[in-house]
Amino acid sequence: MTFDSEYFNLGYLDTLSYKDTFVHRLDPRVKLFVSFIFILFVVSFPKYELSGLMPFFIYPVFLLTAGDIPLKAIVKKVLFVSPFAIFIGIFNPLIDTNVIIKLFGVPVTGGWVSFFSIIVKFILTVSTALLLIAVTSFPGICEALERLKLPKIFVVQLLFLYRYLFVLFEETLRMVRAREARSFGKKGKEMKTFIRLVSVLLIKSVERAERIYQAMLSRGFRGEIKVLKIHSLRLQDVLFAIFSVIIFYAFRNFDIVSLIGETLRSFFR
Amino acid sequence: MSHHIVELKNVKFHYPDGTEALKGISFRILHGESVGITGANGAGKTTILLNLNGHLLPTDGEISIGEIPLTKKTRQEIRKKVGFVFQRPDDQLFMPTVYEDVAFGPINLGLTEEKVDERVKNALNMVGCLHLMSRPPHRLSEGQKRAVAIATVMAINPDILIMDEPASNLDPRSRRQLINLLKSFKHTKIIASHDLDLILDICERCIIIKDGKVVADGPSEEVLSNETLLEENNLELPLSRNHPRLYMRS
Amino acid sequence: MHMSDALLSPTVGGALWAGTIGTIVYCARKLKEKMDEKMIPLMGVLGAFIFAGQMINFTIPGTGSSGHIGGGMLLAILLGPYSAFLVIASVLMVQALFFADGGLLALGANIWNLGIYPCFIAYPLIYRTIVRQKISPRRITIATILSVVIGLQLGALSVVLETKMSGITELPLSTFLLLMQPIHLAIGLIEGFATAGIVIYVRTLRPDIVEDLEGVKALSSSGSLKKVLVVMAVLAVITGSAFSWFASTYPDGLEWSIEKIYGKPEISEKENPIKKSLSKLQEKTAVLPDYSFPSKGEEEAKPSWPAVDPGTSFAGFIGGIMVLVLIFIFGIGIKYIRKHKEKT
Repeated sequence: MTFDSEYFNLGYLDTLSYKDTFVHRLDPRVKLFVSFIFILFVVSFPKYELSGLMPFFIYPVFLLTAGDIPLKAIVKKVLFVSPFAIFIGIFNPLIDTNVIIKLFGVPVTGGWVSFFSIIVKFILTVSTALLLIAVTSFPGICEALERLKLPKIFVVQLLFLYRYLFVLFEETLRMVRAREARSFGKKGKEMKTFIRLVSVLLIKSVERAERIYQAMLSRGFRGEIKVLKIHSLRLQDVLFAIFSVIIFYAFRNFDIVSLIGETLRSFFR
Repeated sequence: MSHHIVELKNVKFHYPDGTEALKGISFRILHGESVGITGANGAGKTTILLNLNGHLLPTDGEISIGEIPLTKKTRQEIRKKVGFVFQRPDDQLFMPTVYEDVAFGPINLGLTEEKVDERVKNALNMVGCLHLMSRPPHRLSEGQKRAVAIATVMAINPDILIMDEPASNLDPRSRRQLINLLKSFKHTKIIASHDLDLILDICERCIIIKDGKVVADGPSEEVLSNETLLEENNLELPLSRNHPRLYMRS
Repeated sequence: MHMSDALLSPTVGGALWAGTIGTIVYCARKLKEKMDEKMIPLMGVLGAFIFAGQMINFTIPGTGSSGHIGGGMLLAILLGPYSAFLVIASVLMVQALFFADGGLLALGANIWNLGIYPCFIAYPLIYRTIVRQKISPRRITIATILSVVIGLQLGALSVVLETKMSGITELPLSTFLLLMQPIHLAIGLIEGFATAGIVIYVRTLRPDIVEDLEGVKALSSSGSLKKVLVVMAVLAVITGSAFSWFASTYPDGLEWSIEKIYGKPEISEKENPIKKSLSKLQEKTAVLPDYSFPSKGEEEAKPSWPAVDPGTSFAGFIGGIMVLVLIFIFGIGIKYIRKHKEKT
């Protein structure tokens, strides 16, 4: 991804995260918890499981639709990061050549089944991670982490990172453009120029941090930063959590999919 | 309130690498005065301001604010009465939302939650940004950032406002709004700027710094019509001086 | 290289998360004792800097392709191990959430792989040792390149082990290693060189950044040795329990991979006593409750090489498609409800 599109992508998801929908209003702890449990369940499927994974799409679909997140954005991002999973996963069909099932008379090897299992797991987990931030906002996640008893200093510097991410991106963007404007070809991207650019950016960042520290001091900072806690657990949050976990458990332990399949088959006999 | 006099007595300052930035600055600002500090780039304006808020300490001479001498020990107390607005709002707005940034000062003053909330809402109201309360700072325009930065210090209820280039990077409308806002404040104001029209508009008194020394200190009207003086300091006549008929001040 | 959720099993992922969180808590505690409060905004800003810095490309000499730096070692050098670990964790977290780099479960593993080795092994044992006596551009270069290379090698090795232990991929251990290690050796050399260049150049302009910034410098040699031993012990326990689980539940798989590597089917006999003790160890150290969820509600059907019990039958196939259709309709329904609500 080029610099510009990285920055745009970051800003886009960030903007989405400040929308106001039912999902956005859910307590961030609950969303974090449910998403994490979701991933655990998905990932716990054995390697040849494919159809059992399908019901799990309901969670990302729910987040997407109820959270008013554009499908295209998520799909684009999932596609963009998929090469790695495909690259590793593709070895499966190459190595595992035992036929384990015949679909419509066509033999399918275990390798292909496990490959698609990886792909489906990948889509489920990646889209959930993206949707989590798209419906929660980064400060929301930080609030959840602090409430889950993660060390305060970790959360505080996370918030600072987030705050200055965009600022630094823009500053870097300006420098990179300036380099582009006078590079006239490949010369500008040499190691030496790179080292200079990054070093200057580093020093500027340190100086900025020093100014921020002064601004903090000038408003009475004495070592403690309060992280604002806006959310409190409501009934709907708890219900959502319980309901989700029950559904995931059911999907994981009861073969609903085959049931539906059998029912369909009996219809058409 | 009338005790809050800002006084510099022969203040000298040099940086760790030896550069002499201030070579003996003296002036006295009375309660309620609006004073502009201007001069060429590198003359020492920002250094003076940083000294006034105790971020830098004079290497010689004395600063007293409200008759309390400024030292390492007293500066935190003094800062409770001084609202310092930095040159770049991005350095000043470091919390995840506008509300939290404005609340930062009052919280550190030790106020109760209700009091803090009151201060925050009043301050944001004062600058016309109450509706931006839950926004993250990186989603604000330059003008909004400036306004919110001012709110962050107003929430402390300072007696003295110190500002470094408050209107730089603002479009004319935001600039005009800022000027009107500052004119409505009754606080003592010390403003460092190159925007001579702004100084003329807001400050009745103007100090020119050259090479770390005071070279002019008087009513803005006078100081900023002295063409020779201005040109010696890399400055020019304010636009409103050049075309008095076109730029009538209200 | 970032791990992905899809290639990870809950046990391995969970174990590494436990390790990572433990380390975060440990670092926070250390910083609380000794840190200069100035560090707080600095850590955040440098995290943002690393993020932005990763966006700047340079051409790799000789290949013409472009690369970028990771930054873990740079952070360790500038901030010291404890702060650096927290910053690395933060950067990876932002990457996982906003850029889908890795996943939420794999995040724990990624933080471990990219954070532990530079901060708690390479930095104290290699960088500081070389630079402590005398600091000079040449020493910095050697120390940095060595640290980065070793840090990345250990990280890459971890990725391989974690993936294999999760048992999702068929990629044989040897092939995997052959892919990962040399690539990361090359990456390490380049990144090491770039990092050294940055440290040296920054040092000429602002030596205080390179030499004084560490809020908490690594402890004296006895302290850091103890720390390293603790880390190694933790590593051993985690890999041990994960590995033993792998061995006891996929006994055939382990033999199979060993067979592939050594090509000797007779090894299986030797494995037996080892297998027994490994499964005993696994029972004792199993941290995650209920790791294995029965997939058909009856007995635990765990796939074993080569006889496979497919989780996909024909009915499953049809049912799967039906389920997707149902979910699609469900989604449309939600969208409709929401639009309806907005109008009222």
